[in-house]
Amino acid sequence: MIEIQSQMTERALELLALQEDVPCFILDIGCGSGLSGQTLEESGHFWIGVDISSAMLSVALEREVEGDMMLGDMGQGMCFRAGSFDGAISISALQWLCNADKTSHSPPKRLFKFFSTLYSCLSRGSRAVFQFYPENSEQIELITQQAMKAGFTGGLVVDYPNSTKAKKMFLVLFTGGHQKLPKALGTEEQQNTGTDHIPYSDKRERMKQIRGKAPKKSRDWILEKKERRRRQGRNVRPDTKYTGRKRSGKF
Amino acid sequence: MKLITHNMLTSKSLKGVNVGFPLKICATEVKEVAVDFNPEFVTRMIPKLDWDALCQAAESLGCLNDLPRSVNPNHENDEEFLKKAHHVLLEVEVIEGELVCPETGRKFPVNEGIPNMLLNEDEV
Repeated sequence: MIEIQSQMTERALELLALQEDVPCFILDIGCGSGLSGQTLEESGHFWIGVDISSAMLSVALEREVEGDMMLGDMGQGMCFRAGSFDGAISISALQWLCNADKTSHSPPKRLFKFFSTLYSCLSRGSRAVFQFYPENSEQIELITQQAMKAGFTGGLVVDYPNSTKAKKMFLVLFTGGHQKLPKALGTEEQQNTGTDHIPYSDKRERMKQIRGKAPKKSRDWILEKKERRRRQGRNVRPDTKYTGRKRSGKF
Repeated sequence: MKLITHNMLTSKSLKGVNVGFPLKICATEVKEVAVDFNPEFVTRMIPKLDWDALCQAAESLGCLNDLPRSVNPNHENDEEFLKKAHHVLLEVEVIEGELVCPETGRKFPVNEGIPNMLLNEDEV
């Protein structure tokens, strides 16, 4: 567990693209027990960590980490002066913002508060890298939407997209205007697919065509599925001119 | 909490606060630790710091000593100056105490060196 965390932190540091051998001032969001912070220290950086759990921070204190830590809720905003940090990382924390832990919480609002305050406390041209575990694509959508709204550019880098075990998602955000997304690991067979789309999707499309099945949700797919269910003996509505018709926005 | 952190910290997340900086330190326990001197890091941080706030904070903790009130424009080469800055920024830690918001007077407790910046639902 510790090994994985430090590996992810090192990869996040790599994606942060800081100047080589220059000690920087980094914000560790959701620093927990200081595992990621220690990796930052080993690379010669000074860090400030924020975490919502005092229990986790106590563990970090016991480990005698060098970074300074504070108890804070990232959804309430990053309360630092403008342009304080040279970069920000977050390991396995961002997905927590998508849950509404109290009835008064609104995840999109909290996400926006977090991203907009983070944007201002980063120095221009610096990056924020988040390793996180999204539950589904709606969460990814929600997160990236609020990040873009806050002024960030960037996107998702998915390492080892073909392996369920090794797959890791990193949200890489830039403050200095649009930049090329870093290359994901484990995708050597992809060459010119355009750097900001998930490397596996081209291969997936090709496989679909080879199998000869209709793409998801098209009228053909719907007709095929209905046919399949009739063969199973289920009660299926007859196919009419209304089958698979485009519905208005209300649906 | 080191003074370098204090120099970046604001209470801006509170409702109705415009600047929220600098936070007043009311410390009941302060510790001095030894940290490796990294002149490059100190040089890089100096332009980002609010030097007056730093002097104020150091003074309230009683560790201002002979830290100059204004930054020497040629500080990269002034090792004495960098060493003093390093000491104040990284080697002085507030272990127990409170941070007070300059606009609302709201107190943020500091325990075991960790400031509690969690806000209540009605303060966000």
